[in-house]
Amino acid sequence: MIDTLLKSLRTALWFMFLTFPILAVRIDSLKNAVTVRWPAVIILGAVIFLISVLWHTAGLVKRSWFFRFDGFKQFIQRLPDQDALSPFMIRTTLGAAAVFMISLPFFASSYQTNVMINALLYVMLGLGLNIVVGLAGLLDLGYVAFYAVGAYLYALLNLHLGIGFWIALPMGAALAAFFGILLGIPVLRLKGDYLAIVTLGFGEIIRLILENWDRVFKGPSGISHISRPSLFGIGIMESSVHHAIIYMYYIVVVLVLSTFFFVSRLKHSRIGRALLALKEDEIACQAMGIDKMKTKLTAFALGATWAGMAGVIFAAKTTFINPASFTFMESAIILSIVVIGGMGSIPGVVLGAFFLVLLPEYFRELGDYRMLVFGGAMILVMVFKPRGLLENTKPTVTYVSQQTGPDTP
Amino acid sequence: MNPILNVRQLTMDFGGIRALARLDLTVNHGEIAALIGPNGAGKTTFFNCVTGLYVPTSGDVFIHATPEKSVRINGMKPHRVTRAGLSRTFQNIRLFKEMTALENVMIGRHCRTHAGIFGAFFRNRATRDEEQRIIHDSYRLLEIVGLEDQVNFRALNLPYGDQRKLEIARALAAEPRLLLLDEPAAGMNSQETRDLTSLILKIRDEFNIAILLIEHDMKLVMTLSERIFVMDYGRKIAEGTPEDIRTNPDVIRAYLGEDSHA
Ligand SMILES: Nc1ncnc2c1ncn2[C@@H]1O[C@H](COP(=O)(O)OP(=O)(O)OP(=O)(O)O)[C@@H](O)[C@H]1O
Ligand SMILES: [Mg+2]
Repeated sequence: MIDTLLKSLRTALWFMFLTFPILAVRIDSLKNAVTVRWPAVIILGAVIFLISVLWHTAGLVKRSWFFRFDGFKQFIQRLPDQDALSPFMIRTTLGAAAVFMISLPFFASSYQTNVMINALLYVMLGLGLNIVVGLAGLLDLGYVAFYAVGAYLYALLNLHLGIGFWIALPMGAALAAFFGILLGIPVLRLKGDYLAIVTLGFGEIIRLILENWDRVFKGPSGISHISRPSLFGIGIMESSVHHAIIYMYYIVVVLVLSTFFFVSRLKHSRIGRALLALKEDEIACQAMGIDKMKTKLTAFALGATWAGMAGVIFAAKTTFINPASFTFMESAIILSIVVIGGMGSIPGVVLGAFFLVLLPEYFRELGDYRMLVFGGAMILVMVFKPRGLLENTKPTVTYVSQQTGPDTP
Repeated sequence: MNPILNVRQLTMDFGGIRALARLDLTVNHGEIAALIGPNGAGKTTFFNCVTGLYVPTSGDVFIHATPEKSVRINGMKPHRVTRAGLSRTFQNIRLFKEMTALENVMIGRHCRTHAGIFGAFFRNRATRDEEQRIIHDSYRLLEIVGLEDQVNFRALNLPYGDQRKLEIARALAAEPRLLLLDEPAAGMNSQETRDLTSLILKIRDEFNIAILLIEHDMKLVMTLSERIFVMDYGRKIAEGTPEDIRTNPDVIRAYLGEDSHA
């Protein structure tokens, strides 16, 4: 134990030392003075120390009396497996969730509804990225680029041509899919870390273009006064922002449901199986007659499609966009949703999105500590459920003898 | 004799190492042939070159889909080679471990089926029917190799011998005209090896395809093969019936010179 503490202390000190120049030293060019932000350094050190202790003792903690306590073990480890949920439980949960989602705008404030729209948007992004990362196993760190493509497409079309939300939505999807293929072609040969770095670069390139090509994309100040969606051609939105939010909410609910529907169908199809096989073994996959290039491009294009749609919705929801909304941080959050939720597991991704978006939102009271709590929660999930909250355990097809139809959920 | 696979002067260099040197080899329709040789002789490399995983340095590989029609497949992408009628198993088993036995075989059906994105999203009649057929055909293949009871087991939970059989079923799902087996009996006990021997014969008769196998188990090779090719240091040093090979002095020297277990 002492050993671990010392080791963690050393790690923390190193971290403080190494990040000192970037984090702590501030040069005030007005007063020509150098200030050192000691609190920041101390907090960083403390956080690193905690993480390090947790990291080293994770095994110990896991085996300690508290976690060996059966009830807890069942709660954390057994319950969240898809297999452990009975059809009755699933149906009841789904029913309750449906009632809750449909009635939410009637009892919740505009703010609450807005938070929920945001969460649903991330569900959509998570499900899209899940095709690329969870099913096909291609680590994409630049996913936010496609989100930006959709958002900027709608913003620009709306600004210059007055094109509405409903026309822009399929266009955003199509353009993002095109960009998906554009990114896909050069990275076809790359795998793992290399792929991750190139996609990360791609995301940053798109953001830098948006930031610096002022004449087209309006630079860092962004594009404002984007129209909200219209209802049968009538702009009800001008009447009241509250109604606009409720309308937006239902649009997003419907789109998320359709995403859920299509993505689950994809997973249980010939193409979906090819994606899963590609994740497991590229060589065997090719030897079994699967076109690796085509399958990878399909994954990138499909994943990007939903990001493009989410982008259009985002632009319509906020009515203002700028490049700051499309930083690497976004990609990281979406990827975390997929990983924490459970790679490849569709209900897992939904849960992951709510977990990652709503938790920090409701912890706002905790002020600056909320990110700490949030990070701790993420670490706990990864320690106890390394394969995500709802691990993907169900096969895509189960054979039942005398079978009349494929038993695909 | 109708050749199904025709290899001419196949050469493969890895930097300075010549793993295959001007190899000629023909496999005829419906025959069981074996490729043997000491460790590192280049047998697996031969499979990799023929199935498109490696692009050979020089030489030609032809598949004769019908006696009149032949396709030159060297340099072709692996998935197109499979579509042209060659499929294989791997020396170090390469199953989709997280998938069930059934799913593994269903992947094998990929190149003989068609449903695309549209079908996946809208599940039209044709797609549903095709999916049913894939499941049915895959289950049939599992029955043939004797894995019907493990149909919903994940590949990684299967015992070693069953994993080898599952790989064979998966390869058969691609409807090959020539099946390439890379050390199918490796790691099997003698009972399992006997079962495998009859399975291979059954496959040949039932599907009427040719089989080329790499194997170190001489008993299996001698029982099954109609013709044997022997390789050493990337060259073909002998070719003939099991009797010819057993008495061939070059073969004996290659084996005794390399490792003395043969
Ligand atoms: N990808 C590669 N890169 C470099 N050298 C290779 C590669 N693949 C095979 N070799 C070399 O080619 C030679 C033949 O290897 P190969 O695997 O084909 O032998 P093998 O006959 O299958 O042996 P075994 O019976 O042990 O499976 C070896 O010397 C090996 O080191
Ligand atoms: Mg070998």
